[in-house]
Amino acid sequence: MKVAVVQFPGSNCDQDAYHLYASGLRLPTRYLWHKETSVGEADLVVVPGGFSYGDYLRCGAIARFSPVMAAVRDFAAAGGLVFGVCNGFQILCEAGLLPGALIRNASLEYRCLTSELKVEASTETFNPRALGAAIRLPIGHGEGNFRIDEAGLARLEANHQVLVRYADNPNGSLGDIAGIRNEAGNVFGMMPHPDRAFERFHPSQDGLAVARAVLAARFPEVLRRTG
Amino acid sequence: MPPAAPSAPVPPAAPAPALPPNPDPVLNQAITPALVKRHGLLPDEYAVITRTLGREPSLTELGIFSVMWSEHCSYKNTRVLLKGFPTEKKGPTEKFGRVLVKAGEENAGIIDVGDGWAIAFKIESHNHPSAIEPFEGAATGVGGIIRDIFTMGARPVLLTNSLRFGELRSPATKRLLRGVVSGIAHYGNCVGVPTVGGDVYFDRSYEGNPLVNALCLGTLRHDQIRRGKATGVGNPVFYVGASTGRDGLGGAAFASKELSAESAADRPAVQKGDPFMEKLLIEACLEMMAVPGLVVGIQDMGAAGLTCSTCETASRGGAGIEIELDRVPQREPGMNSYEIMLSESQERMLVIVQRGREREIEDIFLKWDLHAANIGEVTATGRMVVRQHGIVVADIPAPALTDEAPLYRREGREAPGAAALRAWSPSQLPDLDQRGTHSALLRLLAHPTIASKRWIYRQYDHMVQHGTVVLPGSDAAVVRLRLGERDRFIAISNDCNGRYCFLNPHRGALIAMVECLRNLACAGARPLAMTDNLNFGNPYKPENFHQLQECVRGLAEACRHFDLPVVGGNVSLYNESPEGAIDPTPTVAVVGLIEDERHVTRQFASAADQQLVLLGGAPAELGGSQFLGLIHGLKTGDAPAVDLAAEQRLQDLLLAQIAAGRVAAAHDLSEGGLLVAVSEMLFSPARTWGARLDLTGFGAGRCDALLFGESQGRVVLAVQPGDVAAVQAAAAAAGIPAHVIGAVGGEAADKATLTVRTARFEAAWAMADLRRGWETSIEEAMRRPGLAL
Repeated sequence: MKVAVVQFPGSNCDQDAYHLYASGLRLPTRYLWHKETSVGEADLVVVPGGFSYGDYLRCGAIARFSPVMAAVRDFAAAGGLVFGVCNGFQILCEAGLLPGALIRNASLEYRCLTSELKVEASTETFNPRALGAAIRLPIGHGEGNFRIDEAGLARLEANHQVLVRYADNPNGSLGDIAGIRNEAGNVFGMMPHPDRAFERFHPSQDGLAVARAVLAARFPEVLRRTG
Repeated sequence: MPPAAPSAPVPPAAPAPALPPNPDPVLNQAITPALVKRHGLLPDEYAVITRTLGREPSLTELGIFSVMWSEHCSYKNTRVLLKGFPTEKKGPTEKFGRVLVKAGEENAGIIDVGDGWAIAFKIESHNHPSAIEPFEGAATGVGGIIRDIFTMGARPVLLTNSLRFGELRSPATKRLLRGVVSGIAHYGNCVGVPTVGGDVYFDRSYEGNPLVNALCLGTLRHDQIRRGKATGVGNPVFYVGASTGRDGLGGAAFASKELSAESAADRPAVQKGDPFMEKLLIEACLEMMAVPGLVVGIQDMGAAGLTCSTCETASRGGAGIEIELDRVPQREPGMNSYEIMLSESQERMLVIVQRGREREIEDIFLKWDLHAANIGEVTATGRMVVRQHGIVVADIPAPALTDEAPLYRREGREAPGAAALRAWSPSQLPDLDQRGTHSALLRLLAHPTIASKRWIYRQYDHMVQHGTVVLPGSDAAVVRLRLGERDRFIAISNDCNGRYCFLNPHRGALIAMVECLRNLACAGARPLAMTDNLNFGNPYKPENFHQLQECVRGLAEACRHFDLPVVGGNVSLYNESPEGAIDPTPTVAVVGLIEDERHVTRQFASAADQQLVLLGGAPAELGGSQFLGLIHGLKTGDAPAVDLAAEQRLQDLLLAQIAAGRVAAAHDLSEGGLLVAVSEMLFSPARTWGARLDLTGFGAGRCDALLFGESQGRVVLAVQPGDVAAVQAAAAAAGIPAHVIGAVGGEAADKATLTVRTARFEAAWAMADLRRGWETSIEEAMRRPGLAL
């Protein structure tokens, strides 16, 4: 079970994600440079938070055209696991790997706080058993306001693709949606940061359970080994 | 006229031939006294320039002297005073605390934190740009201080800031606050360095002249320390980062003037920041500096841009530098030498590279898609020589611009009436009754200086890099540093109460220091070193210079007493608006080390029945308090008394009790005094607690002073009942008064109350009311109609 963390110019949670997997879950983890045209040997590709290419345009609008994203798209099409956090979630939406879009917070301000999240009784692809009904994860974003058209929202709900919802919506997201997966169940994205919730002194250690939940269906041995 | 410069007079250089005509005819004008004055230079200073050069300067050279001799770059009015600061630690430094790079030697000082690791940190102001253009002014302030840190070879790991504004009621202040906070957020969030703490005051004296001081701290190994020195004749000089444009022309000179109604016309002197570019520059520079032997010297282009970085590196290295401006990456065509040399375009660095290894640096910057242009080389002449299209446009001895800049000791004289303000006594004021007390606490907690700063810090990414241990909102921020395989915990606090410094500059400066040290001790940290930002008015006015020298004397005295080296800092003068000078504001930031993670302590009560123990007693002082300002509209009286020896004993006691595991929470008493401090301890992020205080033991003296006075040397602890006797015994042994003043209540959060019994009356508040005012007053003031928070 090997993890690759993408590095775009402007990624700034790449080290946080690296440590979540390398130190938190003790999995072999490496960085994946944005100019690479293949993801190489990896079972999970993590697209971390930050401000890829400065995000002076729409978030993720430039990152989706980078060489590595073509490789990530192929990897996902072949069934590979992809997990986008914060800017990574925005990029996956821009790249069409996840439905919907993230626009500016309703407050028009950046928000950094620890959010209470309701865990949806999803499917076997995002194993909620280890999570319990409610978790706490930090958020840090200016553009986390999830939007999708009515039909898209209906599909998300019908397929149980919503992973987590805000208990106290900090950004105006439709349906309080904080994180989703694709229909096939191999691409995941969320605005909250599991990479800021895994050490003793963090606001919670729920990030570990979330990281495991993404891996649980495909790699049950990770759950056994690190749980 | 001020007394003559203490530096030796410059001997006349041999008469030298004039420079060839500048390629841009606009620059070939005669240097008139009016032109000299417009460049902020005195006639005497101009005479020194012609003596040094042996000829009239060219206009480009005049511009270069003007920025290098501005207060911002030369510290000409303050350098003599700053020599009083200790720059080394006297006490034992075997494990940590040794000064590796001293203040003034480089862009930032460096302190050993053990195991071959070190920290670099410094605070710097961006007051004038922020007054004119708050968003970009504050953003580029953050960018500038981050560059000062990574230019030393350190990875930036945290930011804090110290902000001062006028009263929040005014629309102008709201505009400035919103702009400054979003500028800091824009830059810090994007660049990925957490903004973990800060201090904010709102006071009339800052109306029209806000203060924006930003601090950055970075970590590095001892062998990664890099210096801003140009050495090795023939070594190439590289320019890396963003292109040079016409923005920020002469910003350093602009920062050395008073603000006036025409200041808005200086807007082109405010730079525009690009945090994405800075992020790339950090990564590329750290990658480059990690290559052994590749980088000879490095300096950021901050104030006075290309000018300052070339002459300072040459001067420090005892060498010369020659550059060709045609090779400088330029954002627009047709820029002349004056513009290129004085531009303050952001996100640029100067790097001196080992000759023959040019390819290595070029490859690294190519990887990050950044410019790395070879613009010149190190020479043996000791001169800074600038060419454009091959023609010499400036040729100046490098030390003339730096070490030999003029120095002055201005005249200081206390403002008439200051002594009378200090002599004020509250005897004419009616004391508080039950009703007055009830409303005073509600109003104080809701005053923006005391109220929760949540509206501000929730806009800053304070958790990126996943090392933030104590989040904003407690006495000091605590951050875990990942140093190789080992974790270290540091605490940082910055503070300065300008009101105290206005009333009594020397004492006010002492208080700024002891308050920071108490904050650190409350977090469980032992102090390592300090950095300061001296924000004052025009030094040519004797009352302002008096404040400056008295504050510096106070800081230096406190540093020596606590054996705290100064690692560097910044001076910002001319902080005046048409209304007058700001309150003197020598902002202090102290970094401390927490040796054991288990000693990290917060300010919040955490269980019912915890006993509240007041350390330091209750002297009856009211002068300079927020209470006097808010309730009586007075900025008067003397600043509270300071006893440095007692402060040291208090800190030692606190750290020992924390280490013994007896302190559940600790909170320093500062603005607002005892009842504000206790309330803040009960406003835990987890839940709201109540408490019952019995203060009858303090007698029937003035209740306003007892409840809201701001006497120094005091801390409230929350202690488990079983530990109270041991804490009191230790306090008695240390000679620190320790009174049990009450206990945390056990009622449900929504029923929690604070009751206070004094010898004269009993007052009670619903905690929910107190918390609502404290938590939402800034948010309410900043609410934008029609938008959800």
